[in-house]
Amino acid sequence: MQLAVWTYEGPPHVGAMRIATAMQGVHYVLHAPQGDTYADLLFTMIERREKRPPVTWTTFQARDLGGDTAELFMEAARDAYARFKPEAMLVGASCTAELIQDDPGGLAKTLGLPVPVVPLELPAYQRKENWGAAETFYRLVRAFAGSAQTRTPREPARAPRCNILGPTALGFRHRDDVAEITKLLTSMGIEVVVTAPMGATPTDLTRLRDADFNVVLYPEIAQVTAGFLQRHLGQPFTRTVPIGVGATRDFMNEVAELAGLPPPSTDGGGTLRLPWYARSVDSNYLTGKRVFIFGDAAHAIAAARIAHEELGFAVVGLGTYSREFGREIRAAAEKYGVEALISDDYLEVEESIAALQPELVLGTQMERHIAKKLGVPCAVISAPVHVQDYPARYAPQMGFEGANVIFDTWVHPLMMGLEEHLLGMFREDFEFRDGAAPSHLGHAPQPEAPAAPIIAGPASWEHDAEAELRKIPFFVRGKARRNTERFAEERGIAVITVETIYDAKAHFSR
Amino acid sequence: MSLAGTPQDSQGIAAEAAGCADTPILRERGQREVFCGLTGIIWLHRKIQDAFFLVVGSRTCAHLLQSAAGVMIFAEPRFATAIIEERDLAGLADANEELDRVVTRLIQRRPDIRMLFLVGSCPSEVIKLDLSRAAQRLSERFLPSVRVLSYSGSGIETTFTEGEDACLAALVPEMPTEPGTARSLLVVGALAEVVEDQFIRLFAALGVGPVRFLPSRRASDLPAVGEGTRFLLAQPFLAGTARALEARGARHIPAAFPLGEEGTTAWLRAAAEVWGVSEERFTQATAQGRERARAALANHRKTLDGKSIFFFPDSQLEVPLARFLSRELGMKPIEIGTPYLHRQHLAHELALLPATAKLVEGQHVDRQLDRCREARPDMTVCGLGLANPLEAEGLTTKWSIELVFSPIQGYDQAGDLAGLFARPLVRREKLMV
Repeated sequence: MQLAVWTYEGPPHVGAMRIATAMQGVHYVLHAPQGDTYADLLFTMIERREKRPPVTWTTFQARDLGGDTAELFMEAARDAYARFKPEAMLVGASCTAELIQDDPGGLAKTLGLPVPVVPLELPAYQRKENWGAAETFYRLVRAFAGSAQTRTPREPARAPRCNILGPTALGFRHRDDVAEITKLLTSMGIEVVVTAPMGATPTDLTRLRDADFNVVLYPEIAQVTAGFLQRHLGQPFTRTVPIGVGATRDFMNEVAELAGLPPPSTDGGGTLRLPWYARSVDSNYLTGKRVFIFGDAAHAIAAARIAHEELGFAVVGLGTYSREFGREIRAAAEKYGVEALISDDYLEVEESIAALQPELVLGTQMERHIAKKLGVPCAVISAPVHVQDYPARYAPQMGFEGANVIFDTWVHPLMMGLEEHLLGMFREDFEFRDGAAPSHLGHAPQPEAPAAPIIAGPASWEHDAEAELRKIPFFVRGKARRNTERFAEERGIAVITVETIYDAKAHFSR
Repeated sequence: MSLAGTPQDSQGIAAEAAGCADTPILRERGQREVFCGLTGIIWLHRKIQDAFFLVVGSRTCAHLLQSAAGVMIFAEPRFATAIIEERDLAGLADANEELDRVVTRLIQRRPDIRMLFLVGSCPSEVIKLDLSRAAQRLSERFLPSVRVLSYSGSGIETTFTEGEDACLAALVPEMPTEPGTARSLLVVGALAEVVEDQFIRLFAALGVGPVRFLPSRRASDLPAVGEGTRFLLAQPFLAGTARALEARGARHIPAAFPLGEEGTTAWLRAAAEVWGVSEERFTQATAQGRERARAALANHRKTLDGKSIFFFPDSQLEVPLARFLSRELGMKPIEIGTPYLHRQHLAHELALLPATAKLVEGQHVDRQLDRCREARPDMTVCGLGLANPLEAEGLTTKWSIELVFSPIQGYDQAGDLAGLFARPLVRREKLMV
């Protein structure tokens, strides 16, 4: 048993729902007890969908367990077909129905429905949401991809074609990422045959074979499918996730190579602003800001690269809850000289953030909580999602516009450069009192930034030294304290005095 | 007409009974778009401040709790899930030993906990994990600092608010015994503290008391119960708790539920009659509250009068709400869906419903949606899975879970309760886009 306070991912059948809901003409019949229908509200409330997810639940109760739950399932499947007339049906079980072993796939087969029925086996006690989404997408594509073929080279006269794989319902900015990347591919002279699962019908899946290669936007969802299509239809696929300026440029080069095109122009066509904004002098204050990054693997790895290469931050922590991508995240962490945190235990992530004392947290909605509790600025970079992650405006994460959005999103929670300096210079002035919040964020000045994250060091602080420490602006105080304590520890100093603070300052200043 | 009341309450509300008490009920079976009983943890853990709720279940249970709680709970919540994994099922790990390990870790982390509920879920029940024995075993280990109890919040056993019923029923055997037969009043059902305090003042003015509440704010401070205990239900979904209290000698005071001016008055009156409070004193004690409630309702009546309303089943509050909305605000209930209809506890309510309202117990969500679309009600009360899709079809909705989370009982909340229904209509009027 695993003790969980919050979870990063839902059960695998929720992943399957994300695929079914993203597509058109698919209906999912789920053998599940009463109450599991809560998952509908993720789509109607968090994502504000205007339609119910295309899911029929059997919602059995205790009294049904004594009777015939298999019959209940068959009735639900029959009724669902009659009412919704889908092009294809998915059938499966949630965690509880898995235990009663009714075999939805086998039962559905006996119904002889006039449409393809794809059975899903999603082991709920081993796997989680993203795995469930990946598996469901793979099963659907397998069912509709058609017979195997070897690729013949593209005729030079025909424009190169690709599919976009991975966007789902309830994804983090998938809607806008698809729009941005479609625009990017089109600008490169590449035709998009099918985007799936988002917006695709089962019939569309039969046309996947018309593409020369596949663009994998979200490896957590689409890598398994892309691997299958490579083996089955000889379609290669992209490995770079185009989040950030550098990654978008790499992605364009990779795509051009797969498409047999000459190296593309990757200057962003005049609307890319991140590189200049990052060079602008007011961004000086971003230098070396300590950031902690946590999310799904693809977003976390991309965020680390942006933080390091494009904003000049210092990556002090990098982690993911996507265990399936442990190898990738460890490789990335090594690049920044940190140890990867691979965990789906929210409490462990919290402990790690508290210990590392970052100046900015880039995480999920969970880390937003942790950061709020610790009084650290935070921006959200990855699912699990919240209603705020579906902005009304166009706000992709991918491509050049995505990089612009990311610059704004990450810099916004921080104290603005000039303001930070004013606070430093005029900290004795009551208007610039300790704990003043960034003026553009509008919330009431917080009380003394919570003391919680400052973990008692081994050395004790003399009264005068404590008083001196309080004169240091609060947003660098944690760092000063940490450095001083580390300095004291390394030298075996038991009591920290005012002198120790300044010795440490001199030691650490570069 | 058979009303399951005792003689002393028959001149109040029962006398004017006419409405729905005998109308046939449509019982439906099919997909039920309702929460399971685990959801009650969201408000119970706030209410009982030294208790912790440990769901023994699956990732789905954990996901439900955080989705229902909106992820947005600030402190570390006093609930968690012990997620059953493959090795527990395959017998590689002994589920009971695993549970003991998880509970031990939890109690170490949270030394402030005085009561721990092991909450059963669909998977724990299907694999027949005996949580009541586990609770006994763990209680022996952790008493006196922590008492461990168990109840089921599973979807196969409980629908939404029935989780609170199961939780409170589990508390009843833990209540100390009241010696003697001296009369006391027990108010049963989780209420907001502000509402409890208002009722305490009202009962004091009536001379009804001593008054106690179940659940108490602290699990370590449970009220006593005995032969002299008379109890009022503050919520309509507490059938099991009522039975457990009766088994301990307490007696139920049948009454309408304290929603709106009329319901609150009837509810208070039922207790006042048991205590033999004079009419004069009753009038004196309640006049101000009634007046304030009527004034607050008058504002909303303009918006709600004559509007039709359709209830999808959710919390079992549907019948008292429909009664309040029809009698005090002039709304016209078309269909009143409820997950479960307790005829006896709702007798006073059913008698006051307009005979035209259709009562539906259970659910077949697709058929009910068909009926709702056909009826095009002015307002539809439904869960969050249905609200936005119906809004997109042009129907005005009130999402029902708010009615469970908000303080709505008593005179001073009557206006707020009406406001919850008026707001979606007012908003629809206001929006010009």
